[in-house]
Order: sequence, then C-alpha cells, then structure tokens
Amino acid sequence: MAVHSNNIQLDEDGRLKHFLTTEGLPKELLTEILDIAESFAALPGRPVKKVPLLRGRIITNLFFETSTRTRTTFELAAKMLSADVLNFNIAVSATSKGETLLDTLRNLEAMHSDMFVVRHNASGAAHFIARHAAPGVSVINAGDGRHAHPTQAMLDMFTIRKHKGDFTPLKVAIVGDILHSRVARSQIHALNTLGVTEVRVIGPRTLLPTEARALGVHVYHSLEEGVKDVDVVIMLRLQKERMDGALLPSEHEYFNLYGLTDERLENAKPDAIVMHPGPINRGVEMDSSVADGPRSVILQQVSYGIAVRMAVMSMAMHVGEMGGRA
Amino acid sequence: MTEPKLFMSDAAIGEVIAGMARMLQKRLAERGITDPVMIGIHTGGVWVAEQLHKALGIAEPLGTLDISFYRDDFTRIGMNPQVRPSQIPFDVEGRHIILVDDVLQSGRTIRAALNEIFDFGRPASVCLATLIQRNGRELPIQPDVFGLEPPLQDSEHIRLRGPAPLRLEISAKALPRHAEDEE
Repeated sequence: MAVHSNNIQLDEDGRLKHFLTTEGLPKELLTEILDIAESFAALPGRPVKKVPLLRGRIITNLFFETSTRTRTTFELAAKMLSADVLNFNIAVSATSKGETLLDTLRNLEAMHSDMFVVRHNASGAAHFIARHAAPGVSVINAGDGRHAHPTQAMLDMFTIRKHKGDFTPLKVAIVGDILHSRVARSQIHALNTLGVTEVRVIGPRTLLPTEARALGVHVYHSLEEGVKDVDVVIMLRLQKERMDGALLPSEHEYFNLYGLTDERLENAKPDAIVMHPGPINRGVEMDSSVADGPRSVILQQVSYGIAVRMAVMSMAMHVGEMGGRA
Repeated sequence: MTEPKLFMSDAAIGEVIAGMARMLQKRLAERGITDPVMIGIHTGGVWVAEQLHKALGIAEPLGTLDISFYRDDFTRIGMNPQVRPSQIPFDVEGRHIILVDDVLQSGRTIRAALNEIFDFGRPASVCLATLIQRNGRELPIQPDVFGLEPPLQDSEHIRLRGPAPLRLEISAKALPRHAEDEE
C-alpha cells in the first residue's frame, strides 16, 4: 500500500515536523499531543476563544476529497491559533484543469503557506507532498485513501483518555468496515503504541483486511462475542464510496449482524463508551438509541477534534532562528 | 555546567513571602481594595501565590496561568510540551488582580500574562508581586511588591525549586529551550 518512511515526520531533534501517520511515532510523542491538547480543550470556555500562538502564519487546507467536518474543524483549530487560513477545494480547482499536484504545491508555496493540511483519496498523497514541500513547510495528513487519518485517531485517543484515564488496562473493539478505513488503521497503531491490553476488530470477512492479525489485533466475526467485556466500542462508517464491488449483501443485513443496539452493548463493560468518527449512518452502523444514548461520546469527539488539531498544528509548525522559516 | 548552589531554603523563603504579604496588605488598604483576587504564573509563581493567597485570606480560589500559548518566542523555540491549562475560577471583569511570579527578569512573561488575562476580561487593576526581582529587564515592567533583589551577575541564573520544600538556587546560566523559569 502506501510508501512511507516514518522518520520524515520528525526533525533531527525528534520533534514533530509533519503529521502523516500514527504508525512508528513514539509513545512519548503521542502522549505529548494529548497533553498539549488538554490545554487547548479549555479554550472554548473562555470569553476569547483563541490564543496568539500562530499569529502571522498561513495554513492552507488542501482538500482533494470533500469533507465538511474535518475541514471545518481544521479551519477552526487554525483560527483559534490565530493563523490565517486558505481553503482549497481541489476537486473543483486547478487539477481538474490539468495542473499537476506538484505545480499546485509550488503555487501555494509561492503564496507563503507555512503548513498544508492535506486530504486526498490516494494512499500516500500526504507523504508525497511532505517529501516535496519546501524545507520550512509542514504537512498534516487529514486523511489519505485507505492509509491513515492520524488526527482523527488522536482525537479518539484523547476522548478515550478523558473517559478512562489510563490506556493500559483497556480492551478496545473497532467494529465495521476495517478494510476501507484509514481511521481504523491509525487507531490500531495509536492504541498499540499507547499500550492498551487488547485491540479487537469486528466485522464481516469481506470488510476485514487480510493482514489484520499482523497489525496486532484480535479478529472477531461476531459482534456479540467481540464486544464482550470491552471498555471502548468504536463504530466505523461504512465507506460506501470506497467499495468497488458487492462486499455487502445489503445495509439491512449488515445492521442485523453488525449494527450496534442497546441489547448488544449489554455485553460490553457497564461503563463502556461508544464512539464513531462520523458521519453516522443511523440504522446501519448503530441504532439511534445508542448514538444518542448515555454511553455515546460521539459529539465530544467532534469538540475534542479541534483541541487535538490545535496541538498537532502548533507542534508541527516550523520554528527557526529568524522567526518563521529558517 | 556548574552545580547550582543553594541561595535560600524553605523557612527563609517563607519569611520573605510573609513580608510580601504584609506589603500587599498595606498597599490594598491604601487603595481601599477589600476583595482582591490572585493569579499565580506556572510553575514557581503558583507556589509563591499559594502562600500569599493563604496569608491574605483571599476568599476566591487562586487562579493559575500557563502563558505558553502567549509567549513571544514561539517562532524561535516552538511549542512548550509541558503546557498546562490556565485556570481562572472567577470572572476577572472589573476585579482587582494580584499577579504573582517567582522571578522577574526580562518582563516578557509578565507581558504574556497580561495579554492572557485580558482575554478573560477587563480587570479593574492588576498589581505585580514577585519573589525575586533581578537585572535584565527588556520591557518597561516593574514589580509593585517584591521579596528580594539579590545581586546577580548577568551570567548567573536564579531559580525557585519546589513545590515543597521551596529552594532558591543560583547557577551559571544555561539556555534551556523551554525556559519556564527564564525570568
């Protein structure tokens, strides 16, 4: 799948430079992201909901694939850091006129962008841009194909830590379309690095990657068995837009087997939380009574997403002796 | 780097802080301020503020400020990984604030702290109390009340260690990347 070398994410001092994947990043760095996000999470309660940290910096959202929530939370995070934000929806922009990705990149650099937030339907696109970006420019992956969605994974880790404290004793189940899910891949790497007891993936054979066990997870095909005694249930969205063939008989049948209901949730620990990266297909991945129920933390995930993105952007922003780019 | 040497230990520091509390009381009385609130700056400023807060019998809980998001040197040194949330458990609007830090040197921390406080509201007044004031000012900021003014070489670095027991140490100046105690 994606070609990636993890050291491209760190500078020579081991500090975050690009945030492309949770894979291969040390536990200390993931924990630092969560710790810094903790301070940003307090900001919305203040009269002035922003800090001057990235004042004078330009952050460009480069979205080759449509997204409302992710782009909006990145934009809000950048604005709460006092950066200026450019939004490029490339699906309807110059690349459709034949401009290459590198030409687009050079043009945006000429507009003095300090950071690119990239979403693309090709796995490895964010790595490609990070490799070709000018030295002082940082790249944040906002989702590339089936490969990675590291800020989503980290906001999920933040949500779990908020509710459960320590990662060590936790059993976490990820349910659904693992095969097409960059979110699941990034979550699995982060959960393993942060040292949870067990990660389970639950889904039909057609939606589980063949290499699942190599990722260090336990595989279940029954939801009832898979959620037994877990502390966290993460539901994934069915990625209908990424399915090439008929991997599912029908949504109705999927819900019958893998839809999360109050009854099935009974098998999890009494204080288990239910998460979903959104947008939810109600009645497909889960019942509305679960999505809106007391164990659902889905809307908190959205709020925490802003704080986590602020943390990642402020950590990865290039610093140098001259102020701005070195 | 040479070993830091002990400049003052807990009991003596406690006496200095008690003296600062008396000066603050006098100042508040002169101005007719009966309901001040207090904010300490992380990390050392909070330790000093905890003692002052108790000595002055301030009813409202102590506020704490981490100015990492307001520093003027982010473009040089980047994000402080040790940042904690600032907690101001009262409305600063219209209040008389006593701002407390451990060491006043360049004045940049205080400038950042004032900027942050004003993002919480518009206080009636802010007065500055620091345990140490020393040479090296880079901004027009002076303490209203301070505990000690030790004679220090520019190359020397004074640092409050704590939280318990408190110790003041002097060492040859290192240049830490995140100089939480730089001033």
